[in-house]
Amino acid sequence: MEHTTLSAIEKTAGNIRKQILKIALDRGGCYLAQACSSAEIVATLYMEVLNLGPSQGAWRPAPFPGVPGPDNMDYQKGALYNGLPSPDRDRLFVSCCHYASVIYSALAATGRICPDCMDKFNVDGWNMEMIGAEHSPGFENTAGSLGQTISIAAGTAHARKRRAETGRVFCLVGDGELQEGQTWECIQAASYYKLDNFVVVVDANGQQVEGAVDQQMALEPLAARFSAFGAECVTCNGHAPEEIAAAANAEHAGKPLVILCRTRGTTGVPPLEKRWPHLHFVRISDAERAEFQAVYEGM
Amino acid sequence: MEMVINCHENNMLRFARAHPEVLVLSADLGTSCEVKQFRSCLPDRYLTMGIAEQNMCSWAAGLCREGYRPFLHTFAVFLYRRILDQVEMSVAYPNLPVVFVGFVPGITTPGGVSHQSINDVAVMRSVPNMAVLDIGDATEIEGVLDLAYAYNGPVYIRMLRKEVPRLFPADHPMEFNRARLLSRGTDLLLLSSSICTEEAMRATAVLRERGVSIQHMHVSTLKPFTDPALLQAARETRYGVITIENHLKIGGLGSAMADLMAEHGVQKRLVKIGLDGYAHGASKLYLMKKYGLDAMNVVLACESLLGDSTGITEADLAAARFEDFLEV
Repeated sequence: MEHTTLSAIEKTAGNIRKQILKIALDRGGCYLAQACSSAEIVATLYMEVLNLGPSQGAWRPAPFPGVPGPDNMDYQKGALYNGLPSPDRDRLFVSCCHYASVIYSALAATGRICPDCMDKFNVDGWNMEMIGAEHSPGFENTAGSLGQTISIAAGTAHARKRRAETGRVFCLVGDGELQEGQTWECIQAASYYKLDNFVVVVDANGQQVEGAVDQQMALEPLAARFSAFGAECVTCNGHAPEEIAAAANAEHAGKPLVILCRTRGTTGVPPLEKRWPHLHFVRISDAERAEFQAVYEGM
Repeated sequence: MEMVINCHENNMLRFARAHPEVLVLSADLGTSCEVKQFRSCLPDRYLTMGIAEQNMCSWAAGLCREGYRPFLHTFAVFLYRRILDQVEMSVAYPNLPVVFVGFVPGITTPGGVSHQSINDVAVMRSVPNMAVLDIGDATEIEGVLDLAYAYNGPVYIRMLRKEVPRLFPADHPMEFNRARLLSRGTDLLLLSSSICTEEAMRATAVLRERGVSIQHMHVSTLKPFTDPALLQAARETRYGVITIENHLKIGGLGSAMADLMAEHGVQKRLVKIGLDGYAHGASKLYLMKKYGLDAMNVVLACESLLGDSTGITEADLAAARFEDFLEV
């Protein structure tokens, strides 16, 4: 990776953190730790790894376009912000859809939506919902029920492989959701169908709603599990863009690729360490405000 | 009565050959769902998904988003009870035209409670965007795939297999959201679906001989449920309405008709014949008799609405034949 690219990704990752810390400060809370753990992953995907066409989405956020149905299928799809589908382009599915603010921020940082779009984040009646769905900028599908999007992405990859398209299908997942059995149904099927156009990117931040992942359920050794289910699994430092990009280029002939990004949800916002691993939704109390404000101003 | 064997097996092949984007997905029950021949004839379009229905459903959503038309094949019970969240969030919410072909509906399987989809119509009718079709004979099997294909959204089909009677003329195919008029009458209205239509026909034949004027309509589209002929028939009938279905009394044909009548102020009695709870493993004929999904119960319901005895006995009804399903 060129030095200029690396510094641009690092700068964008820093801006994503800063923007979401601001939301947490302005509105009293946000999925801040997910932004801290995934900022480099998402920035690297958008700025280095993914082969996307220019955004086709509206420049500004829009009102919620209505629930899909027989009479409403032509609404603006969130995936338009990743460009029009074409055989050589990549696709990004976001399973951990409570990372929506990170995706919106990355779209803004890469010129795919207006820079001040976060003004409409989580505002009633708008398409920039706190948990993204089909119509939300950057989203292919409705992912809030965990474990399903990885299969939808794999089915998409299967369709594209049948048509011999060269573009890849990426799916961003959290580590806690890997406890869903459907994840492993999907990996075994992706292995069976030799989906070497399918890439699962795991933000392994080791935290979930009730606390540390390893205090809820046995999940490790993750890399060995993915390998045993037939995937190629590469582990990397999820805060090192060059490592993430190198992992995305790993050989995985005849197999799906899993990039296991080891991260920490306190990265860049040190006061969060005090409450790790209880970081699913970060609320900033009045007593803590000055401390977080100081971090924000130092960014 | 003509019995048609493996009707879906042949029809699925014909249909898929006409539509190259159609795929069959199976969860290891393809051989029990009449797609064994499909696998050998069109192997590239037959996707084995293993015994993993959740993944199969969401995977189908991905295929469908890319323009393929997936037809999921397994037992009905595994397509709604086991994977409802996948049905709703992966397929129904985005209104994807995925077709769920559910076999051995209701008590048509001796496989016992785990295999018997007794509340699938109730559940799937409650899923927004989902259409629900309940197959009654071979002619409907021959027509249903084209109707599902033409529908703009997901479709759930309660499919019949193996030896299926041809109750309706082969040149009068099934119509979407249109009940099939089987006999005209002014005193009573009888609505039937699935395997119960054959029982209902047996009952109406004898009832007419005894001078009861009964209108019988077969209903295969259970959602949407807006056929104006049903409302008109309910308005015009003199004594009341009877429904008989291979399903729980809650949420199926009887409930749909009750809603329709109440919403339009049709003030007549409604007698619902169906299951009251879970069933158990036994032959179809045994279970139909045990739970009252039979001609005799239709006669008793008619007598209740008429307030009079018809004098019809079990012996009078024992004319038409039945084929039993003995395999799981």
